[in-house]
Amino acid sequence: MIRIEYTGLSEINGSLVALEGVSGVGYDELAELSMPGGEKRLGRVVLIDGDRVVLQVFEGTDGISMDSVSTYFTGSPITLPLSGELLGRIFTGAGVPMDGLGPVYPTLRRDINGSAINPVSRMYPRSCIMTGISAIDGMMTLIRGQKLPIFSGDGLPHNELAAQIVRQAKVAGAEGQFAIVFCAMGVKNDTASFFMKDFRETGALGRCVMYINMASDPIIERILAPRCALTAAEYLAFDLGYHVLVVMTDMTSYCEATREVSSSKGEIPSRKGFPSYMYSDLASLYERAGMIHGKTGSVTQVPILTMPSDDITHPIPDLTGYITEGQIVLGRDLNQKGVYPPVSVLPSLSRLMKDGTGEGFTRADHQDLSNQLFASYSAVQDARSLASVIGEDELSATDKLYLAFGKAFEQEFLGQGQREDRTLDETLDRGWRLLSMLPRTELSRVSDKLLDQHYTGKDK
Amino acid sequence: MEDTAYRIQGVNGPIVTVTGGRGLAKMSLVRVGRQRLPGEVVSVQGGTGVVQVYEDTAGLTAGEPVYPTGLPLSVTLGPGMVGVTYDGIARPLKAIEGAAGCFIPRGVDVPGVDMEKVWDVTVDIREGDALKPGQVFARVQETGAVEHRSMVPPNVSGRAVEVKPSGRYTAADVICQVEDARGRRTPLTMCQVWPVRTPRPSKNRLPITKPLFTGQRVLDTLFPVGKGGCAAIPGPFGAGKTMVQHQLAKWCDADIIVYLGCGERGNEMTQVLDEFAELKDPRNGKPLLQRTILIANTSNMPVAAREASIYTGMTIAEYFRDMGYHVALMADSTSRWAEALREISGRLEEMPAEESFPAYLPSRLASFYERAGYMETLSGGEGSVTVIGAVSPQGGDFSEPVTQNTKRFVRTFWALDRSLAYARHFPAINWNGSYSEYFQDCHDWYEENFGQGFTTLRERIMGLLNEETALQEIVKLIGQDVLPDDQRLTLMTARIVREGFLQQNAFHPTDTYMPAKQQMGMLVVIMHLYDQARELVSLAVPVSQLEATGIFADLARMKFGLGEGKTREDYMALVDSAVDAVRKANV
Repeated sequence: MIRIEYTGLSEINGSLVALEGVSGVGYDELAELSMPGGEKRLGRVVLIDGDRVVLQVFEGTDGISMDSVSTYFTGSPITLPLSGELLGRIFTGAGVPMDGLGPVYPTLRRDINGSAINPVSRMYPRSCIMTGISAIDGMMTLIRGQKLPIFSGDGLPHNELAAQIVRQAKVAGAEGQFAIVFCAMGVKNDTASFFMKDFRETGALGRCVMYINMASDPIIERILAPRCALTAAEYLAFDLGYHVLVVMTDMTSYCEATREVSSSKGEIPSRKGFPSYMYSDLASLYERAGMIHGKTGSVTQVPILTMPSDDITHPIPDLTGYITEGQIVLGRDLNQKGVYPPVSVLPSLSRLMKDGTGEGFTRADHQDLSNQLFASYSAVQDARSLASVIGEDELSATDKLYLAFGKAFEQEFLGQGQREDRTLDETLDRGWRLLSMLPRTELSRVSDKLLDQHYTGKDK
Repeated sequence: MEDTAYRIQGVNGPIVTVTGGRGLAKMSLVRVGRQRLPGEVVSVQGGTGVVQVYEDTAGLTAGEPVYPTGLPLSVTLGPGMVGVTYDGIARPLKAIEGAAGCFIPRGVDVPGVDMEKVWDVTVDIREGDALKPGQVFARVQETGAVEHRSMVPPNVSGRAVEVKPSGRYTAADVICQVEDARGRRTPLTMCQVWPVRTPRPSKNRLPITKPLFTGQRVLDTLFPVGKGGCAAIPGPFGAGKTMVQHQLAKWCDADIIVYLGCGERGNEMTQVLDEFAELKDPRNGKPLLQRTILIANTSNMPVAAREASIYTGMTIAEYFRDMGYHVALMADSTSRWAEALREISGRLEEMPAEESFPAYLPSRLASFYERAGYMETLSGGEGSVTVIGAVSPQGGDFSEPVTQNTKRFVRTFWALDRSLAYARHFPAINWNGSYSEYFQDCHDWYEENFGQGFTTLRERIMGLLNEETALQEIVKLIGQDVLPDDQRLTLMTARIVREGFLQQNAFHPTDTYMPAKQQMGMLVVIMHLYDQARELVSLAVPVSQLEATGIFADLARMKFGLGEGKTREDYMALVDSAVDAVRKANV
């Protein structure tokens, strides 16, 4: 086949370049741009209009001039080389090795955009992953095949929490192996090295694939990074049978990169300047979690995002929350009280918990206990706001008990050490012990039978 | 492969421009490219047509052929649809899985109705019968719960000739011919094709007089939706929109459920599939899947098909309505549909209106919701389509365009509330922000099915909840202990109403569904306690004494007790004995 190269460009704008007089090029196809000095850059077709083609250049357009570049179209969309050798390797956001160990010899290549899992082929996730963290296991249980993001803010210990989840995650009755895919998008150098150090120390590095895009790396690679990571994760899970935990940080940087590219394409902006397809775009990432009938592996996602000025209604957490199956929200007030992990319980939720916990899965009292803890802790907030108006002394006896319960709950149930790995029994028993601080009549979410079994308070 | 002069000129996401002639009809179906991806012509300018493609456009190149079909986007309706999961343009996902495995590829062409399956068909007409549009000419017991009734298409009438006897036929077999006055013959099979964007005709719109009974206390008692009416459920994420939709799909007294997962989670569709195959319909004991049709366009499936999916769902719903069934269409979520509209509009470079939604958003919403209704069908029977649309407002802010415009076209509004959800009060329907305009229309039904005096009782409950809201403002400032006893009683009773009555646990085996009489019973008992207690308070008996008897806590758990076989009378007696005990102690 003749290799056709097009010389010159007709327009350069942001990360986009346009070529004219091109034929036979497919939408979303990968192109290779050769610079005069021999440097090669990659680009992707984002618009076709007759013989005019617009390319998005991954490494940016700095240093490109209109007539010195020649472009070659590869004839296929961007594919990622895949093989079992991926484990233990570190790549850039575009899937190029950056650990000096040479290229991956692929058993196959796959389009990084993936395809949607057929809803009827999906298997409903029901087996839980125990993280050894009371707040999560007890009240927002992570289920294998779930996508459960951490909504955090700058300066909160979301990285520590994610690392602890990776360290302690255990799958009940773990048939198949466990692997981690780590995807960093626009993160600080420190963050990337924190995770690498932690994975190395715990020996997780050997079962981990990393795709790293630093804050100073090209933004287009930031858009590719999660796609590469998820393509690798799907391969490990559905071809090789691993249970894959995908940690993606920071989704906020990813969305901002999308916004930057969108605005340079001249698209009509939607809320806060994000493109109108932000929802579909995020969904095309988050929905790549799950389990499939007849396959042993699973893809579980824990994306991390930092909410700009801690605002949960900001488009990024908002759109994410509409797609993911719950969220773990970290709170600044708890963090300032010194509670680790500072999980803000009330806005947090795991949607799949109801089907993967309780009788036959974890413990019969798990769901009712969790409901009661949520309800009682919610009453604590009312008591606190009342106390801030009329003063603690004026509160009714019950409200005072709630205040004491709230404090103990935050310290003893939520609070735990970064290296502390609690069993589920320990978590649930702790919950009952704390609930027993409250009068029995206040516990309307649990049946008398469960109260008889577990309630140890005064009016037992 | 047929020749075509049409060629792809440009590609931008799901939007493809086509040149090559002036013959493309607006809103007609075309096949795009060598893979023949389905698409719809959304606008035509001079010799250029703009096509929205229902599949991923990656790999399409300029110059590839485009094949016009000349037909609008249509669905094939026939026996074998119930229990099936479709994608947004009515292709059965199971068949796609069979053809291509567990990931959805592009360009799969599978028929919407299984044309090879052989059915036991009862033919209801005889040679020479005069056939009218909408008349049922053949019947098939499709699932244990649903009989499929094949109807004469709306635009066909005449004399039946070449009628086959009852027997075993496929959906493609010709059952009879219809000969019109001029002697022209139209063959009838058990299938018909209908364009999704055109409402199916019916004879008359009838007034709404019955609610869609759901077994959900807060809905049935406070905010009912009429059979043939429209309701919207807006709420921020995590507030339980999908849970309410699932509960309705499970327990409402419709004959057919069309569950439309529009731009939502894949796992949710799986959950519906799994759960509905196991759960039994409380009325006939058959698995719920035997009355359910699922349409799944999950959030990562093509966006243009999401736009089409609500029309596909509506057309299927209307088809079953025309057979004389009561259909409930759950659309989860209409916001994703509106966003698909916005995304396509943006790609078409249309002038954006509010929040960059297109200016035609309200009219599109209206034309969707107006297809609901309680109808007299063409054949003279009755059928209805009730629409329940979830809305996912950005940031949970109800002032955004989709919520606001939806509000204009629905008469029941179930406002989900983030703070109720945080307190795990489910269903998190805020009684202050919600409303239903159907209650008055259904007054007679309620008096008959809930019991005499229900209307007054409902008004008192609403009044109590309103009073509580006002009192809570004071409590927030000075605490509950300082209030006079009659106001404390109001708060305590309202708490029973909230926690004991309005809250309903979808995962509890008995609490998940409550029959009308029991709902009425709970209200009667609660208000009985309230009246008795007021009398005590007026005699200066401290309400704390009554509280100490534990009667309030007992009533808060009454819902579980009723599920375990206790009766209204048991609880009335319980209230009376508690009140008597307190009264005696104070004599």
